Amino acid sequence: MSDPYLNAAGLTGGYGTGADILHDLTLTVDKGEIAVIVGPNGAGKSTAMKAVFGMLNIHTGKVTLDGEDITNLSPQARVGIGMGFVPQVNNIFTSMTVEENLEMGAFIREDDYSQTMEQVYELFPILREKRNQFAGELSGGQRQQVAVGRALMTQPKLLMLDEPTAGVSPIVMDELFDRIIEVARTGISILMVEQNARQALEIADKGYVLVQGRNRFTDTGQALLADPEVRKSFLGG
Amino acid sequence: MDFLNAIVALANFVIIPATVYGSQLALGALGVTLIYGILRFSNFAHGDTMAFGTMVTILITWWFQSMGINFGILPTALLALPFGIAITSLFLLGTDRVVYKFYREKKSEPVIFVIVSLGVMFMMNGIVRFIIGTGDQRFADGERFIISTREFKAMTGLQEGLAIRFTQGITVVTAIIVVAALFYFLNRTRTGKSMRAFSDNEDLALLSGINPERVVMVTWIIVAGLATIAGVLYGLDKTFKPFTYFQLLLPIFASAIVGGLGNPLGAIAGGFVIAFSEVSVTYAFKKVLGYLLPESLEPDSLVQLLSTDYKFAVSFVILIIVLLVKPTGLFKGKSV
Amino acid sequence: MSQTTAHAPASSNTLRLWLSTAVVALLIIGTGMFQSWNLALVIVNMGLISAIMALGVNLQWGFAGLFNVGIMGFVALGGLATVLVSMPPVEEAWQVAGIQLISGLLMGVATIVVAIVAAQKIAKARTRNITVVAILVVGFVLYRALFDPAVGKIEAINPAQFGNIGGLNLPIILAWPVGGLFAAAAAWVIGKTALGLRSDYLAIATLGISEIIIAMLKNEDWLARGVKNVIGLPRPVAYEVDLQRDPGFAETAANLGIDVTTASTLYVKFSYAFLFTIVLVILLVLAQLALKSPWGRMMRAIRDNEVAAEAMGKNVTARHLQIFVLGSAICGIAGAMMTTLDGQLTPGSYQPLRFTFLIWVMVIVGGSGNNYGAVIGGFLIWFLWVQVEPLGNWLMQLITSGMEDGALKSHLLGSAAHMRLFTMGLVLLLVLRFSPRGLVPEN
Repeated sequence: MSDPYLNAAGLTGGYGTGADILHDLTLTVDKGEIAVIVGPNGAGKSTAMKAVFGMLNIHTGKVTLDGEDITNLSPQARVGIGMGFVPQVNNIFTSMTVEENLEMGAFIREDDYSQTMEQVYELFPILREKRNQFAGELSGGQRQQVAVGRALMTQPKLLMLDEPTAGVSPIVMDELFDRIIEVARTGISILMVEQNARQALEIADKGYVLVQGRNRFTDTGQALLADPEVRKSFLGG
Repeated sequence: MDFLNAIVALANFVIIPATVYGSQLALGALGVTLIYGILRFSNFAHGDTMAFGTMVTILITWWFQSMGINFGILPTALLALPFGIAITSLFLLGTDRVVYKFYREKKSEPVIFVIVSLGVMFMMNGIVRFIIGTGDQRFADGERFIISTREFKAMTGLQEGLAIRFTQGITVVTAIIVVAALFYFLNRTRTGKSMRAFSDNEDLALLSGINPERVVMVTWIIVAGLATIAGVLYGLDKTFKPFTYFQLLLPIFASAIVGGLGNPLGAIAGGFVIAFSEVSVTYAFKKVLGYLLPESLEPDSLVQLLSTDYKFAVSFVILIIVLLVKPTGLFKGKSV
Repeated sequence: MSQTTAHAPASSNTLRLWLSTAVVALLIIGTGMFQSWNLALVIVNMGLISAIMALGVNLQWGFAGLFNVGIMGFVALGGLATVLVSMPPVEEAWQVAGIQLISGLLMGVATIVVAIVAAQKIAKARTRNITVVAILVVGFVLYRALFDPAVGKIEAINPAQFGNIGGLNLPIILAWPVGGLFAAAAAWVIGKTALGLRSDYLAIATLGISEIIIAMLKNEDWLARGVKNVIGLPRPVAYEVDLQRDPGFAETAANLGIDVTTASTLYVKFSYAFLFTIVLVILLVLAQLALKSPWGRMMRAIRDNEVAAEAMGKNVTARHLQIFVLGSAICGIAGAMMTTLDGQLTPGSYQPLRFTFLIWVMVIVGGSGNNYGAVIGGFLIWFLWVQVEPLGNWLMQLITSGMEDGALKSHLLGSAAHMRLFTMGLVLLLVLRFSPRGLVPEN
């Protein structure tokens, strides 16, 4: 079997010179697959994302994308080779219009990105409607759409989302998940951290349950949902 | 007729000078606010940057004049201005490379940057005084008046005269052009937008592949342009004296803060708020009221709220009021 | 700041302190030996005053992280105190307009107080705003109606010599604590408004108030004669002429082998140095005690983590106000001492570069957060400030020695004085870059 598209294997490390937060952590995502990281508070979920994106000091383990070793690339360089990252907070330019947010997402592209922008508008029609409004004036769900749209502008092959549904209503959450499935259908791999574990695992091809910076359970989303132990400990019964 | 006379007197002594001064402050405040937005510190060396840029422009102006180059009815300094801006840009970029870059890489706190800018202020102050001295320099040439009091009186038959000097006209026109160009740049060009993005959310800008060093470089060049233009306009309108430029720091900062630090539109609004308050609070309204009121009510005193020596107090009081009522400024600035 | 320097043992600091002290002492002794002892003592006296100013600023910045760039204003208020305390009152002024002047001033104060009370008591926003504005406008008109004629009368009295209200005719040393009180009062007002806002705003607010204080000193002629200056302030020490006439003094001088004129000037300067040293030692001891007290520890805890301190229930703004007032008061005391030393109040001579930003160089170079560091910084930078000028001249002589006489040469020679500002900036930047914690870092 060939390597998965993203293969982060045996990561151990932490912030700066501080103590290790991640211990021998492995995350893989295949093409067009949705992988979800869940776990209790302080399990290192967001830290794991940052490790994959090169924002952490990793002293053992390695990260490959499409077979290429990217362990030592800077976050900016990772954007250049096809990774998109949507942080949990402060993930839009509030003082700029929706369209300008998307333009800034495409900043590193030298080619014509109007096609991509069109695709983002098709995916998130509300953004087309509000494209000349300041992003800071939008509702929480719409802001998240701007954030995802901004990351899509580089045409990433792997999109990383850090709690995209934090602080939005259940209805908006369902809609966001629908959009994320649509994005995955276009062949983009998705790696996301979610607080709403049950709903996220329902759409996940693969799920990772993290505890204290270690892999605890790894399986398909459905299998994890069916696993009684996972249900009891992490999904509230 | 008296009513018209009153309007003309008001225009001549309040509206025109305040508009001119407001334009100068606005350009200065734009520089302060851009540095605050992008580099995230209050640059105490800004007044001296203005002095430096003006000094270079004056030196080039003198050189042009000695070679017999002039700009017709306009001041020669306008021809020298682009060279002044270029040299000031190089100087600021050099300062950034030698001084500020180190602290940026170390991610020092903003207040450390402020103290560093004090050091830069001292050195610039020394350089300017060393080269051109501490005295007053007048460097305006060309025609003096667009319209003089005498011409105006002859034209209108009014008792009150109205004079508009060329330097005043040039200040307002230049300020409008510069502000329009700046806003076009910030809102319509890719580099300008990337600067706004960087100012708005540095981390996300980095994630979007915006090169911070390039943003910083462009910022210094624009700041050099704004500071030199503001300084030259002020010097043409009044005179050039290094210490006066240092003192401009207070009204300029007041303008930037009143408008909302980091907000370019606010800087412009703030500049005019400060200028109009300064001029009208220190103007003796006796003359204007004399035209408007019936003779029996005419005031004996000058009707001057504060003597002109207290003009600093005006910027200061407005600043305090705005800070107390609306700490982020009239337009929403950054609130760290 | 690396981990190792942050936890530098106190012993290495002690060594640094002694070394820096030795260097300063050598520089001053060298000045005495190679230039003149009079000059050395001049440097020592202003060095003592600078050290006190630096101590005050260090209290605010080093202990509490407050960025005060209005030092000049507090220093000038100290200067004003010397005139109001030590000069004889101008009786005539009080006779012709005293009551009117005081009632005018009271009117002004009353207006502000009533406006503040109204602003706090009236709940409805619109009524409140209108009332406050109305009170201010009416109050201002009444104030000007009372105050302006009084000022006119006072300033008309023998303007060549007086034109002001004079002082209380008390010993000038009393002006030192009074100067501190003046500065403290101003600091309280400014602190009440600007503390609690962000640090940049405090900076601008202090910069503004210092300019206003100077403008006031320059323009309110009735108060201290404005730019006409007050000269001939009484002295806390002997006068040279009196010493020279004193046969006992002349004899002692002759025994020491110094001519009587030099001896008298040295004696006067020594007397000042003695007085200033007493003040410096008292303030330094108090500052050290404060630093080591629970209050000082709390201050530094607040400085290092304001959010945590606030979460622990500390009233950060109130603490900041205390230390801001104290630090400014020290600057006021130093300002009064300086005017005493000068023997005259010249409002035109107050310049922010010299009286605000230079003090900052002293604090940063000396070592912010360390009282001894601030004192050493005060002496060292003052020494440089005085000596850079002759050094600059000498350097320019050297550079231009090969040049032909002409405009460039005379310009270079004439501009040597401006090397001072340049050097101060350079020293500040070099210290910030290569020794950001200063010569004697915080323990």
